Amino acid sequence: MTDVSTTSAVTQKLRFYQKGTFTVGNRLVSERERSVQASIDRSNALTCGHRACQGCGEALGARYAIDAAMRATGGKLIAVNATGCLEVFTTPYPETSWQVAWVHSLFGNAAAVATGVAAAMRVKGRGDVRAIAQGGDGGTTDIGFGCLSGMFERNDDVLYICYDNEAYMNTGVQRSSATPPAARTATTPAIGSEPGNVFGTGKSVPKIAMAHGIPYVATASVADLHDLERKVTKAMGIRGARYIHVHVPCPLGWGSAAHDTIRLARLAVESGLFPVFEAEHGHLTASRKIRRKVPVTEYLQPQKRFAHLFSSEHGPQQVAKLQAVADRNIVEFHLLDQEGDV
Amino acid sequence: MDHPFAITLDTGTSLANHTGSWRTSRPVYVDRLPPCNHACPAGENIQAWLSHAEAGEYEAAWRVLTQDNPMPAVMGRVCYHPCETACNRAQIDEAVGINSVERFLGDEAIKQGWKFSPLETESGKRVLVVGAGPSGLSAAYHLRRLGHEVEIFEAGPLAGGMMRFGIPKYRLPRDVLDAEIARILDLGVTLNLNVKVVNILETMIMRGFHAAFLAVGAHIAKRAYIPAGEAAKILDAIAVLRSMEGEAKPLLGRRVVVYGGGNTALDVARTAKRLGATDAIIVYRRTRDRMPAHDFELEEALEEGVMMKWLSTIKRMDDGVITVEKMVLDATGFPQPTGEFETLEADSLVLALGQDVDLSLLNGVPELNIKDGVVQVGANLMTGYPGIFAGGDMVPAERTVTVAVGHGKKAARHIDAWLRGGAYEPAPRHEIAAFDQLNAWYYADAPKTVRPMLEMARRRATFEEVTQGLDETNALYEARRCLSCGNCFECDNCYGVCPDNAVIKLGPGNRFKFDYDFCKGCGVCAQECPCGAIMMVPEAI
Amino acid sequence: MAEGIAFCRPEVVCAYPITPQTHIVEALGEMVRTGELKHCEFINVESEFAALSVAIGASAAGARAYTATASQGLLFMAEAVYNASGLGLPIVMTLGNRAIGAPINIWNDHSDAMSMRDAGWMQLFAETNQEAVDLHIQAFRLAEELSMPVMVCVDGFILTHAVERIDIPDQADVDAFLPPYEPVQVLDPEQPISIGAMVGPEAFTEVRYLQNYKQNLALRLLPEFAAEFEARFGRDSGGLLRTYRADDADLLVVAMGSVNGTIKDTIDEMRADGVRVGLVTLVSFRPFPTQALREALVAAKHVVVIEKSFAIGMGGQLANNVDLALRNAAGAPQVHSVIAGLGGRPIIRPSLHKVLRRAVADPWEGMHFLDLNETIIAKELHHVRKVRRSGPTAENILRHLSVGMQQEAAK
Repeated sequence: MTDVSTTSAVTQKLRFYQKGTFTVGNRLVSERERSVQASIDRSNALTCGHRACQGCGEALGARYAIDAAMRATGGKLIAVNATGCLEVFTTPYPETSWQVAWVHSLFGNAAAVATGVAAAMRVKGRGDVRAIAQGGDGGTTDIGFGCLSGMFERNDDVLYICYDNEAYMNTGVQRSSATPPAARTATTPAIGSEPGNVFGTGKSVPKIAMAHGIPYVATASVADLHDLERKVTKAMGIRGARYIHVHVPCPLGWGSAAHDTIRLARLAVESGLFPVFEAEHGHLTASRKIRRKVPVTEYLQPQKRFAHLFSSEHGPQQVAKLQAVADRNIVEFHLLDQEGDV
Repeated sequence: MDHPFAITLDTGTSLANHTGSWRTSRPVYVDRLPPCNHACPAGENIQAWLSHAEAGEYEAAWRVLTQDNPMPAVMGRVCYHPCETACNRAQIDEAVGINSVERFLGDEAIKQGWKFSPLETESGKRVLVVGAGPSGLSAAYHLRRLGHEVEIFEAGPLAGGMMRFGIPKYRLPRDVLDAEIARILDLGVTLNLNVKVVNILETMIMRGFHAAFLAVGAHIAKRAYIPAGEAAKILDAIAVLRSMEGEAKPLLGRRVVVYGGGNTALDVARTAKRLGATDAIIVYRRTRDRMPAHDFELEEALEEGVMMKWLSTIKRMDDGVITVEKMVLDATGFPQPTGEFETLEADSLVLALGQDVDLSLLNGVPELNIKDGVVQVGANLMTGYPGIFAGGDMVPAERTVTVAVGHGKKAARHIDAWLRGGAYEPAPRHEIAAFDQLNAWYYADAPKTVRPMLEMARRRATFEEVTQGLDETNALYEARRCLSCGNCFECDNCYGVCPDNAVIKLGPGNRFKFDYDFCKGCGVCAQECPCGAIMMVPEAI
Repeated sequence: MAEGIAFCRPEVVCAYPITPQTHIVEALGEMVRTGELKHCEFINVESEFAALSVAIGASAAGARAYTATASQGLLFMAEAVYNASGLGLPIVMTLGNRAIGAPINIWNDHSDAMSMRDAGWMQLFAETNQEAVDLHIQAFRLAEELSMPVMVCVDGFILTHAVERIDIPDQADVDAFLPPYEPVQVLDPEQPISIGAMVGPEAFTEVRYLQNYKQNLALRLLPEFAAEFEARFGRDSGGLLRTYRADDADLLVVAMGSVNGTIKDTIDEMRADGVRVGLVTLVSFRPFPTQALREALVAAKHVVVIEKSFAIGMGGQLANNVDLALRNAAGAPQVHSVIAGLGGRPIIRPSLHKVLRRAVADPWEGMHFLDLNETIIAKELHHVRKVRRSGPTAENILRHLSVGMQQEAAK
């Protein structure tokens, strides 16, 4: 055989695990390198028998996040839940599908209740037991905003996770301040010259969280499990106020097929409409780059809440505006730069 | 702990709520037929052995592979890999280098000295195999593994058939061929060389064979009538290539013209170059796109300096000169003479115009159907005469080593069943795993490795193997590019993406099970299965 | 009061500033800082809603939680008030009784406590500063015994800001009376449970029934704890109610909170005049001690209920409840309702003398508003009738008042 030096061998950048690099698990890598969800020993903090709709993104996001937090804390976790879909479909008397210590108080106070839980743990010398507050976009960006800001400002040792399905779903799909522009909801009908939710309204709670200067802020998506778990794990390694905003599709509220939940979450990220990034003490530190960029239409078309964009005369203009939003995000969060850039 | 009534609930209580009743369709795990498996003429379970290979389980991979094909080191060099043509990965970046990995496994087996597992039973039946080419050797191997006593009668001095006497050394080194043949013989197959079977029925009766598999190949060169002068040196390609195996190499001269457009023509031309010819010119009556030879072989040949003369036929040859007529393709693509002529200087002319089968051994056998110079056989590869089976180049089929090997396996199974008094019923095939059933997102971007090529100068001067194999890292890399179409590779996706925790993980090697008590039939698992191994079927309501 | 509360070893203290409770919490905060109050987390929250929510979280996680508020703050945390009792969390809250706006008023009356009387909290009214301290100690014990929150009502400014000689209890005595908090349910990662389920029509009634049943157990526990408290601390504090010179009274006054002090003085004066008058001081408003009150009142001929709040469109809440206690009792006394001290208006003895006598001599229907300025009322009613867009009532009255005062001054 000839030796290597005399052959014109094509050198390849060796990446061993290209089959299954993005999957939940991979039998070719060590258990340690696989996701929490791949493990037969995962906590299943949220187990079967709950009453979420078929294909519920929030049910998925919650299990992903809390299982990761359970592993990160060795099971020493107390979860505080705001009123909303997640609370309602998991704890209808006499059934609960939570397998972690869990409390539900009110719609707008999850952050404050978690502060109380964290304080109680500290005062009892159980500082190893951590508190997580979780709620939907309604309970976080609107009615829960005051308590959220208070928790941030005090830098309480609470991780707040918001599952953002972009409307008040549990009460019948009403608009929240997290509803994207042009989306049809029960309170922003697709009628008139500006059908759906109005452009120029709404707020970005991740950016507001950054403005509080808290130790860690991140956005994540159910489409990228590894990234979500990494962020939750990282957050649990930090003391102080932390915020993670998870994008979770809602088949019922978005008018999409139940099986499309992860696909749509992925398209939201790949179009730039949902930027995935991390920040510490108010400064952007990393962003997840778009792998295969798509135009926003690819994301919008499978959702009935955007159907009017493709059938009305004002549609193309709104699509163009949404594309502009996505393009701005790409610039602002460096979503198409090389890895290594922020 | 006493809980306040209704306000506080114990864990596990939701398991009483069987949400499976919500379903209108349910997911089921399916095994679909990967297109590579489907395309392989030898019927290899490519996906399965790639799965072992990518885990570094090379011996296990080799054993799975050799369940179907006993000669991977040969295949990895000579097979035209229709598997790669069919490979779904091509729709993401490029086809998986299945052929390269097969070669790696074959070479590894030779290096490590892996042997086939010893036999468990002996059937007591004797089967005759005529011809020690790829088809015969394959049949012998499979028959032996099925417990039958096998004897090969080979007319030539060495086993290998076209593998030895048709394919040049620079494509298939002889030590590799010898090793793989030896391993088959080590199973207890008797090889009789220099024995030409003249009358099959007599031989069978006299030697007590219960059945026979004929694989004599097509070794008779087709001829064309070319007016030639006394001193014109005209040879046929088969003879030239065969004589390469002997001590005396053929003397072709400095300028060699080869007539024909198949792979054999290319092999001869490239051989001529290696023997020292300054010019090796292939004359072919049609154009490149109509040429039966494989394009990559043409590429290699051109790189080595072989020249092509398209749209030309040979009218006559005299001493040192060939007269050529230019052709033009008509509307139907058939070449028509133009009446324009030109001459080529040539020391020798080698005819590579196709091959015919020597069917003389079948004389006197009743019930046979011979058409177009080949023996007609049924789907079970049996000729009209019960107990006499045939395969390889002597039956109607694509003439490649891999097809021949496939025939050998198929015939062996049918012979085995026939010997038991029954018929072999192949298992029904699953539906093919099409690309649109995959979720390509989950496969990382990974272009194909390219097998390193021998440097040009060395290629032209020696008969050393032109295409090098992959080393372990590359082979592993290549195997891991396999998408595992239609076959679960335990990526845990379904287990992870079910919002209802309704997928049960059964442990490594045991895949998964759906918990239909709780599955709501949302279909996210089917959508996110990378390899399309989950199908949604409507519930019977 | 802060000191008394500190002796109860609260573990989590959180409050939002609002007059008149602020300094209690400030004092506690300082004690935490100096280390005088150990094993206590003090949290500055951003609203009353957050304050009670933090207490809810802390209590559910097994810590002894305390907060304080008044008036507007109580309303702002109203959702949480119901939540705390519904979940059965033994939080103790000081309510510095203050009027509820509009119009905004920072002075004392009982309208805030009344706004939450249906919420499932126990409500205890302190008569004196001493009792204010003592009730907190008993409140923690009661709350944790029943897994139910307790509001200790303390008249704003009158008790919260007064300086009075009181006995600060001993830490050891408090510890003996009030053992560490042992929760009936707790958030514990090692034994996970879900607290706060959604309960539908099939079980909601039962939950509420059980809440009511549980609160009524306090009718027995309050006197027991008061007795135990007296035995240990040597003081009569707490219980369901107290009587003063009531044994042979024809006329009985019923009141809650600090006004009882003034009423006692008035009664002493009237007794000197030969009037057979006595006082029933109600300590526990929730649970309402129907039986005990009935027994205390049934023999009298007249009962005058003096309260610092009323339900607009209906009447005095306490008077209403007293009526309820006496319903169907044979020979029950007449009940007369007096509304006094709204928005911090002082209740003075001369007025009390007048109204108590009038109740017997010239009784009225419905509510009698003590020291109502009839002139202003007449003017305002006249003004409203004449001018349709008459302006806000409160502002108009203030104008009348100031005009009136100028006229007086000019005289």
